[in-house]
Amino acid sequence: MKAFDELNIPGDLKYAKDHEWIASADPHRVGISDFAQDQLGDLTYVELPEVGADIAMGGEFGSLESIKSVSTLFLPVAGKVIAVNEALQDDPGLVNRDPYGDGWLVEIAPADAGGFSGLMDADTYLQHLKDNG
Amino acid sequence: MLDSAPEPVGASGLILNEPPLWERGRKGRSAISVPNPGVPSSPMPADVAGDGPDWPDLSELEVVRHYTRLSSWNFGVDTGMYPLGSCTMKYNPKVHEAVAALPGFTRAHPLLPAEASQGALRLIYETERLLADIVGLREASLQPAAGAHGELCGMLMIAAYHRHHKTGKTKVLMPDTAHGTNPATAAMCGFSEIKVPLGPDGRIEPSAVAALLDDDVAAIMVTNPNTLGIFESNLPEISRMLHEKGALVYGDGANLNAVMGRVDMDKMGVDVIHYNLHKSMSTPHGGGGPGSGPVAVGERLIPYLPGPRVVKLDDGTFAWSEDLPLSIGRLHAFHGQFGIFLRAYAYILSLGKDLPQASGYAVLAANYVQEKLKGAYDLPFDGRCMHECVFTDAKQREFKVSTLDIAKRLIDLGYHPPTIYFPLVVNGAIMIEPTETESKEELDGFIAAMLRIAQEASGEPDVLHGAPTLTKVGRLDETAAARKPRLTGDMGQNA
Repeated sequence: MKAFDELNIPGDLKYAKDHEWIASADPHRVGISDFAQDQLGDLTYVELPEVGADIAMGGEFGSLESIKSVSTLFLPVAGKVIAVNEALQDDPGLVNRDPYGDGWLVEIAPADAGGFSGLMDADTYLQHLKDNG
Repeated sequence: MLDSAPEPVGASGLILNEPPLWERGRKGRSAISVPNPGVPSSPMPADVAGDGPDWPDLSELEVVRHYTRLSSWNFGVDTGMYPLGSCTMKYNPKVHEAVAALPGFTRAHPLLPAEASQGALRLIYETERLLADIVGLREASLQPAAGAHGELCGMLMIAAYHRHHKTGKTKVLMPDTAHGTNPATAAMCGFSEIKVPLGPDGRIEPSAVAALLDDDVAAIMVTNPNTLGIFESNLPEISRMLHEKGALVYGDGANLNAVMGRVDMDKMGVDVIHYNLHKSMSTPHGGGGPGSGPVAVGERLIPYLPGPRVVKLDDGTFAWSEDLPLSIGRLHAFHGQFGIFLRAYAYILSLGKDLPQASGYAVLAANYVQEKLKGAYDLPFDGRCMHECVFTDAKQREFKVSTLDIAKRLIDLGYHPPTIYFPLVVNGAIMIEPTETESKEELDGFIAAMLRIAQEASGEPDVLHGAPTLTKVGRLDETAAARKPRLTGDMGQNA
């Protein structure tokens, strides 16, 4: 388990309290944070939505199965799914090895340009992690 | 403190390797030579003739050794302490196996007429009464074949109740500490799930329920004691709130071992509860079945119980009744897992009025373990526990030691690991259920092993990272096993 100072929390992304990240600039990719992948442990299966699905803010867009548990994924902003990371079907470990790069989950077209304002920046997210153990 | 710390008890001397059966044997080998029958042979009908499956050709001794060796790799309650939280892995007295093997029962057939099955019917009738009495409810049904099946039965009855009363209710309240199968059960019965957050002391707060309780709520599903091993002392008040709104209370009986004969579920407002007979009532379990998940109900749900039901006639004989107009119907082709009823009946009668004492000792054992370990391990919810206690790896994380490492090291020290990473509301959970059947010496041995592991975590964490080392195989690659399981073998070698 990583200590807080070992976590990689990139400054150019936005974060949700459920540990998903989203790129606020195009392409709007979504994934889970380094903290989340570290907590889940090795992923064994990634379930993602159909391309074209419309999902509300905070709505479920899939699940991650690790050797410990199954966790539901929640979309940080409302939007339409325009791509999913097909490579994860064969290699779910990409999420563990590269959570912000090759381990991205879905790409969305946000429904509302102002939808990012409720999300955290990297510093706030790290503080959120420290406050909530 | 660690003077009595145990030495590892595992040994690797004569634990023998064993390949799959199809890698053993030689073409043409067999267990017995079939004697010449002395009558002319008759050809097989063409539609069943042809090449059969390519079974390996084996001698009797090869087969006996194969399964005996595999069994020697196993670990069970009969081998050692098995404190797997939420599973109630307690010792099952052998006399109950003898009762379950009585030929009058094992040779009975469910299609025999009632006149020829009076003993079996009486056993069902009396076991239902005993089970209902143990929790203070009115009637019971033995039909459900496992715990989750009992849950399904209970929620189908609640759904039938709401249909019959035309309430139109659609939602079920689900506390964070609900048992894992509860949300799936509610969904299968057509309800949507509304989560109830956990209170600061690990209990459901009446105010949290009040905030979510509206006219659409059909029921709440409460496991009591909950999956943290904490007694839901607010349940009477919560039940009253639900009943005032016309909603019902499902009591998940997964943790019944803490409260047998000690809690009046009717007074707590529980409308239906299921039992895991295989856990509390003396059935060897953990190997995949069979289980048994009877339900008991209070006044409101009696008309909806599954049918047919065993009834006692005025002349003292027993019969099947299908006169149940509101029943949810059959849940099972016949009448449930009869062999498990026998064990439960024998268990309940053999303990008699001392049955509640079994729960008392189960709670005492868990509190003893909790008190002895709470200095060395983080205890997220301090206070009296029921039959199980939940720790975390928070104190060990600074040494890069996780719950998984602690569990694996326990194997080297001769104990089955506790349940880990469950319940999900606790990060890095270590859930210990010692049960009433372990002696104080066994509990002390387990405690000493856990204290030794806590000391190793700070001093020599690599011992934990490398554990287990005394087992037949070392730490398994659980990720590869999940991602790329090898599910087939090459049978060609036997050809």
